[in-house]
Amino acid sequence: MKALLAQLRIEITLTVRNGEQLLVNLFIPLGLLVFFSKVEVLNSDEADPVQFLSPAVLGLAVMSSSLVSLGISTGFERYYGVLKRLGATPLGRPRWVAAKFGSVLAIELAQWTVLIVAALLLGWTPDHGGWPMSAVAALLGTAAFGGLALLMAGTLGGMANLAATNGLFLALMVTGGMVVPFEEMPGALQAVAKLLPAAPLADVMIGSLRVGEQVHTGSWVTLATWAVATPILAAWRFTWE
Amino acid sequence: MSVVEVEHLAVRYGDLVAVDDASFSAEQGRITVLLGPNGAGKTSTIECLEGYRRPTAGTVRVCGVNPWSDRGALNRKVGIMLQDGGIYTAIRPLEAVRLFASYYDSPREPRALLDFVGLSHRTEVPFRSLSGGEQQRLNLALAIVGNPAVVFLDEPTAGVDVSGRQLIRELIRSLSADGVTVMLTTHDLTEVEALADRIVILDNGGVVADGTPDELLSANVSDFSFRAPTGLDVEALGALVGGSVTEPEPGRYVAGVAPTPAHVASVTNWLANHNVLIGDLQAGRQQLESVFLKLTAEREPGNTPTHGGHGRSGRGGRAGRRRRA
Repeated sequence: MKALLAQLRIEITLTVRNGEQLLVNLFIPLGLLVFFSKVEVLNSDEADPVQFLSPAVLGLAVMSSSLVSLGISTGFERYYGVLKRLGATPLGRPRWVAAKFGSVLAIELAQWTVLIVAALLLGWTPDHGGWPMSAVAALLGTAAFGGLALLMAGTLGGMANLAATNGLFLALMVTGGMVVPFEEMPGALQAVAKLLPAAPLADVMIGSLRVGEQVHTGSWVTLATWAVATPILAAWRFTWE
Repeated sequence: MSVVEVEHLAVRYGDLVAVDDASFSAEQGRITVLLGPNGAGKTSTIECLEGYRRPTAGTVRVCGVNPWSDRGALNRKVGIMLQDGGIYTAIRPLEAVRLFASYYDSPREPRALLDFVGLSHRTEVPFRSLSGGEQQRLNLALAIVGNPAVVFLDEPTAGVDVSGRQLIRELIRSLSADGVTVMLTTHDLTEVEALADRIVILDNGGVVADGTPDELLSANVSDFSFRAPTGLDVEALGALVGGSVTEPEPGRYVAGVAPTPAHVASVTNWLANHNVLIGDLQAGRQQLESVFLKLTAEREPGNTPTHGGHGRSGRGGRAGRRRRA
């Protein structure tokens, strides 16, 4: 327990200390939320964009922590031999994985706190009955993107992982209905994006937290499938050096 | 007691042979140095001992345990330094030592340990901003924070300046004095000279010599030289050491016997009794260097490698690091 808590503390400390991660985790979601709520640049049907953006950006925050932040930090730790070195200590894999996911969840909690306060100040009126469902979706999203992050970090070289993770994040953000409403994308793109983990996460977030919206059952199925599949794949393919 | 035992170890990466039929052991509380040129198989060997690699053939034991199959048990008893990297780039020394201390049941006190490795004034500097020597000393601190019985140090002074090396060597000697078994790799002869209780010379993946520095020198070196005032009685001196002593140029003498401590002592005692000042005794570094070069030089097929005290039958004609057809 002592080792797990110490490892968790260092994971959080190092994440907070890293400026780039702070940018990706906090300032990008917050900036998107504020900017697109106030400035009508998107040729959108939305009369009140903050009602759509707020739950969508909560989904985006989950993705930024569990995919980008986790993936890039783990990739560089692998590149610099940190993971190899930890392999020769009594820490062990289960506690290392637990500390990694624990730190991601802690960062997400901080992100959500800031983003929810900002959204409320911008005039968001959430469907309060949807909070438990959105929390479950956040956990599933964390597992799905976290698995994907570790799969890439544990198989690619340092720089290749950096590029691939950032690229994937951008593609998922744009096609995931997190900035542009999903229904406003071309039909073919929608069909593909629906099968990826980002769009289902955004759909569950918006469906549960936006007044008058429903979650598509298909989104739960897709999200849960990814949440099971990518951690298994990561555990299978991950190498420590 | 042997804490580390390596028997007929082979490591192959696909067709590449890194280690081929290497056998040696390391005694408790002693500093054993794996010496060899780059690519000799030192890191592959030590990574088998650390549990990172599964031997392709042969067996390795550390504290009586198989490091590959029983690594969990061994990780509590063993401290390591990787050849490079291994530490979070943004972590600070005190954080790092506290973190690693949390992994072990009865660790050293973090601040006292940083003091021991001379980093107590650098506790809050990010790892990436430390000098090469400071980084290696932090690495060493993390290797010993759990009070290990054995430490494996892969080139502990690589990339460190001269005074930094001295410091690291002193730390390693004090570990050994505390009863810790130390095994380190190096291609640096001054490191061997400064530290080794026992030398295992690896070349092309095989052990070409194994013994104490004294054994290796006496087995492989047949003379030593010194400077003294010209005109000494070389006959009497030769009779004393049991070999010929000559003066090939004025003031320089060559004793035609191995530079064992006994031989060297008898010469210096004789000179002292005759009230003669001795200078520039050539029996150390230069000699080790020549032994090393002789042993690691390209060997013709059929040649038998020379062994020291623990010499075992040579395997002539090994081509070492080679492609298998």
